[in-house]
Amino acid sequence: MHDTPDIADRRDAVCVIGAGASGLATIKNLREHGFAVDCYERETSVGGAWNWRHDRSPVYANTHLISSRPLTEFPDFPMPDNWPDYPHHSQVLSYLERYAKHFGLGEHIWFGTEVVSAAPVGDGRWDVTTRSTGGGSSRVQRYAAVVAANGHNWAPAKPEIDGADTFRGQVIHSAQYKDPAQLRNRKVLVIGGGNTGCDIAVEAAQQATTVWHSTRRGYWYAPKYVMGRPADQVNDRLLRWRLPLRLRQWLYRRTLALTTGDLTRYGLPEPDHRPYESHPIVNSQLPYYLGHGRIKPVPDVARFAGGQVELADGRRIDADLVITATGYTPRFEFLDPALIGADLDGRPDLHLHAFARKHPTLAVVGLLQPDSGVLPLAHWQSVAVARWLQLRREDPVRAAAVQQKESARPLPSWSRRQVVPTRRHWFEVDHIAYLKAVGELLHEMEPAT
Amino acid sequence: MTSYELLRFDDWTSPVPPVEREVLSRLVEGEAEHPPLLFVAGPGTGAWAFAEHWLPHAAGRGFPAYALTPRADGDLRAHVHDLVQVAASLPRQAVLIGHGAGALVVSHALGRYPARAAVLAAPAMDRWATLGAALKANPFGTLRRRPRLNRKQLFGPDVATADDYLARMTFERRLVAPHSRAGLAPVLVVGSPDDRVVPRKSLDRVAAEYGGAPLMFPGMAHALMLDTGWAEPIDAVLDWLTKELTAVD
Repeated sequence: MHDTPDIADRRDAVCVIGAGASGLATIKNLREHGFAVDCYERETSVGGAWNWRHDRSPVYANTHLISSRPLTEFPDFPMPDNWPDYPHHSQVLSYLERYAKHFGLGEHIWFGTEVVSAAPVGDGRWDVTTRSTGGGSSRVQRYAAVVAANGHNWAPAKPEIDGADTFRGQVIHSAQYKDPAQLRNRKVLVIGGGNTGCDIAVEAAQQATTVWHSTRRGYWYAPKYVMGRPADQVNDRLLRWRLPLRLRQWLYRRTLALTTGDLTRYGLPEPDHRPYESHPIVNSQLPYYLGHGRIKPVPDVARFAGGQVELADGRRIDADLVITATGYTPRFEFLDPALIGADLDGRPDLHLHAFARKHPTLAVVGLLQPDSGVLPLAHWQSVAVARWLQLRREDPVRAAAVQQKESARPLPSWSRRQVVPTRRHWFEVDHIAYLKAVGELLHEMEPAT
Repeated sequence: MTSYELLRFDDWTSPVPPVEREVLSRLVEGEAEHPPLLFVAGPGTGAWAFAEHWLPHAAGRGFPAYALTPRADGDLRAHVHDLVQVAASLPRQAVLIGHGAGALVVSHALGRYPARAAVLAAPAMDRWATLGAALKANPFGTLRRRPRLNRKQLFGPDVATADDYLARMTFERRLVAPHSRAGLAPVLVVGSPDDRVVPRKSLDRVAAEYGGAPLMFPGMAHALMLDTGWAEPIDAVLDWLTKELTAVD
């Protein structure tokens, strides 16, 4: 169409956006399937969210994994087995750096380069406009496919709270929380009952003078260890035995009753949903500090008034630091929202949360909130993407057949979890059901023998 | 045929316990242009067996060379785990080279680690064929509760230190088990038609499964890395690797 000489044609090469965990796995697996890859990374090093040097990294000094090591590592590049059950974020970064070096991925990455736009040109190919992060002129190159691995935990979702300008204290998003020293000797209100909110509430309990923890609803707070084993490993045992959901929910309640115990005693609301119906929250220390009175549970925040924070029940608290641990929104500024089927809220509609429904050469990797680590799922997603692009190139007829079959696959077959319908659960998947669905797709794409 | 193993309940619910692993190495000065090699033999034969000749020889030809001693009393799963752990700890994507029952460990590891390439040397991967050959060559040793291989099975007639080597080896009940195949790495099978542990037919069968024919070194016994003519098979392996890896790029 607009074949101007300015556009450098990269022919069969694939453009990967982002060199975090998902992007690295995508580069590696595309390379293994015989593709040339250009990866663009706006930072100057690998690791994405896990690289604390990056401006947009959400990690704080004491971030540790929430899922245990075996459920978090890449399936074909294990973390050292003498590492702890729940490694520290700096270990995860060194793991990703070693992965990149081990597979020689660095030579395919353009650091300090931002993708401004990726637009389809017809025939399934893409014009990708890139620019140096420091500014300067942009450049357009044509690719056979685009894989976005840009992460979804870097654009803070900040709640709109009325009267914020009247508040005397400081309001920060959890993304700006880095170091426990920020909490020392202050009166801290943490908003949000996710894993980050709970982690920060616990750190505040160790540092601050007073800590309030505001949650909108009651949650199931699971301990990190059950019977001396990481809780997710015990949970997977139940899944392996294929216990029905109802029975697992009953066991979950029993286990929590015996470990965490009844949290309504401390003033937390009763969960308004069954176990497994919200993203798992794993924190052994929260109940401990509730029991010591160091964390005071409070309801939702209504507004700021009179320089204080007013709660939904009308009470006012005199906090001087408010940390909103209210999560992140996915952002794909370089893509027209229609390409990924995004609705007005910005929620994309992708097959397996990965494949654009109307654009067979556009995929997203890592856009998942599983009840395990993301890395194993992102690995298999990227294998499926690589295999799909390979099949499309080598056997278009079969590729079309696979596409037709997959497009008829109902959503509940791979995202069967019944969850509380909030933004936080847009990409919630059950790792077993999800991996099974990806496995079936890979099986369909096997060469006929 | 590639097979994918997405659900790994064993690893997720009861990870293999960590151990101190013995890894011997002969490295190359400066930045190596070739990928690292990681050798492993069957249970009972330590890294030392490769350190005698093959590791220094490979390093001399520019390949950083490592060898792993399989953990004592480990099962196949533990041995595969150890091999993958060591492979992932190396600076670059490694070539896995398994000898004897170590070839079985390598064939399983290929489903867990994307090796650059793999070599199965005198692979004891074919249960009944291996048992038959062992019975023929050494009926009493084979039928013991803890089987033993003898000098004639393992070495040619003129290996002076054969008895020393034999004294350093132990043998497990599990000599062989069925294997699976996965991964995209090119695989080479090497062996000897005069091997008294792994019969010729078995070599052909294993090689055919990986879509090739075995590379043969007539006159050599089972312990290719310790037998008098040890240089020949390792040179052939390194030649194949050099050719195979440059063809890829």
